[in-house]
Amino acid sequence: MTTEHPEQTASPKIKLTPFNVIVGVILAVGAFVTILRFTKGLAGVTNLSDNNPWGIWISFDLLCGVALAAGGYTTSAACYVFGLKRFHSAVRPAILTAFLGYALVVFALHYDVGRPWRLPYPFFVQSGPTSVLFEVGLCVFLYLITLFIEWVPSALEWLGIRKPRDLIIKMTLGLTIFGVILSTMHQSSLGALYLIAPSKLHPLWYSPYIPLYFFVSSIAAGLSMVIFESTLSHRYLHDKMDATYLAEHDDVTYGFAKGAAMVLAAYFLIKVVGLTMDNNWHYLASGYGLWFLVEMLGFVALPAFLYAMGVREKRLTLIRWTAVLAVLGIILNRFNVSLVAFNWQLPPAERYFPSWMEIAISIFIVTIGLLIFRFIASRMPIFYEHPEFKEHEPPELHEHPTKPHPQTFGH
Amino acid sequence: MEPGFHTLHDFMLFTKGAVYYLMGGMLLGLLGFWLYLTGRDEDKMIK
Repeated sequence: MTTEHPEQTASPKIKLTPFNVIVGVILAVGAFVTILRFTKGLAGVTNLSDNNPWGIWISFDLLCGVALAAGGYTTSAACYVFGLKRFHSAVRPAILTAFLGYALVVFALHYDVGRPWRLPYPFFVQSGPTSVLFEVGLCVFLYLITLFIEWVPSALEWLGIRKPRDLIIKMTLGLTIFGVILSTMHQSSLGALYLIAPSKLHPLWYSPYIPLYFFVSSIAAGLSMVIFESTLSHRYLHDKMDATYLAEHDDVTYGFAKGAAMVLAAYFLIKVVGLTMDNNWHYLASGYGLWFLVEMLGFVALPAFLYAMGVREKRLTLIRWTAVLAVLGIILNRFNVSLVAFNWQLPPAERYFPSWMEIAISIFIVTIGLLIFRFIASRMPIFYEHPEFKEHEPPELHEHPTKPHPQTFGH
Repeated sequence: MEPGFHTLHDFMLFTKGAVYYLMGGMLLGLLGFWLYLTGRDEDKMIK
């Protein structure tokens, strides 16, 4: 572990490491495709058509992005609403991940809808309150603001600004409850978007319960993503973590794995109920049926069991790999609903497959997220408590007294 | 064998009936899973 000041470790010159070269190439290609997108239109860079107006930018950037950013509301709800204070050290990383996730969802949406200056129109000019998409948009809009306010104390502590930071800290419980309400609404509404297309979505994925599926699976996605993110942070940002974070890390992993195991088990069972309610069992004996079984058994039931085994036998490595499997499972589910099983009756020639430029933009956006996360987490008090602000937080937020980490002061 | 459904009532009776049986199995299954999941938590409590 290094003992240098974070700002001292930052080199003014950009080194030609493999990571920097790869990131540089991704950013350059992303910038090039961005210019093409906003000068040539959707047709210039995508394979979208009237049959397939929503492509990978909706499937991955939006549906997966929102689901995988669910760690913010699950972690803050566990800590502040359900009183599980032992997860407190995981809240700030989860809020940062969620804030960046949602910010990038909105950023990515610009590629799809174009004309960024018209983004406020659905709310302030031509609102369509009877539309599910309106509800999704409004919830994401409000939740992004909520997450920003929840994240701001880290920046204010870094800058040494006390009064507004203290005011926001007092609002923590209210913000958490508001965030949970908004998440409950829009996570499920993303699934509800597909209620309008029963003839387009394969019966194994279509269900009147699809809003419930999206909501429940988002909880598992959020919990798994917190484990996955903390594993990566533990490896690459270890020197930014204080004693409390390091001490609570294993407990957070076991606790979240236990929660994810139960949620995945419940998700598996309600999917079986949906299958039974619609009497769709006979579809399992088809190609789509096999693919559905791969998703349900390999990416829902298996992670649920592996999480349980990891918790039971206290195997952290198993839990961490299971988190990867569970995150992949959520991505697979969103891809199946929005791409693979969507328009399943169309002939192969009319099916959608993304162009390389669509994929490049998605990779570009994920890379931007990683860079911003690293920039913030290596400077602001995300994985440690700022020593100058500890005594001013409400006492209920501090169950565990901490020692400041000498090398992790943000300023 | 796919049962023949002539009315919506037939269909609902069949699927609802199946779900009622399923719910019973689910409750038992979830209970068993919970016991497996938390089976060794007591070890930690003793420490």
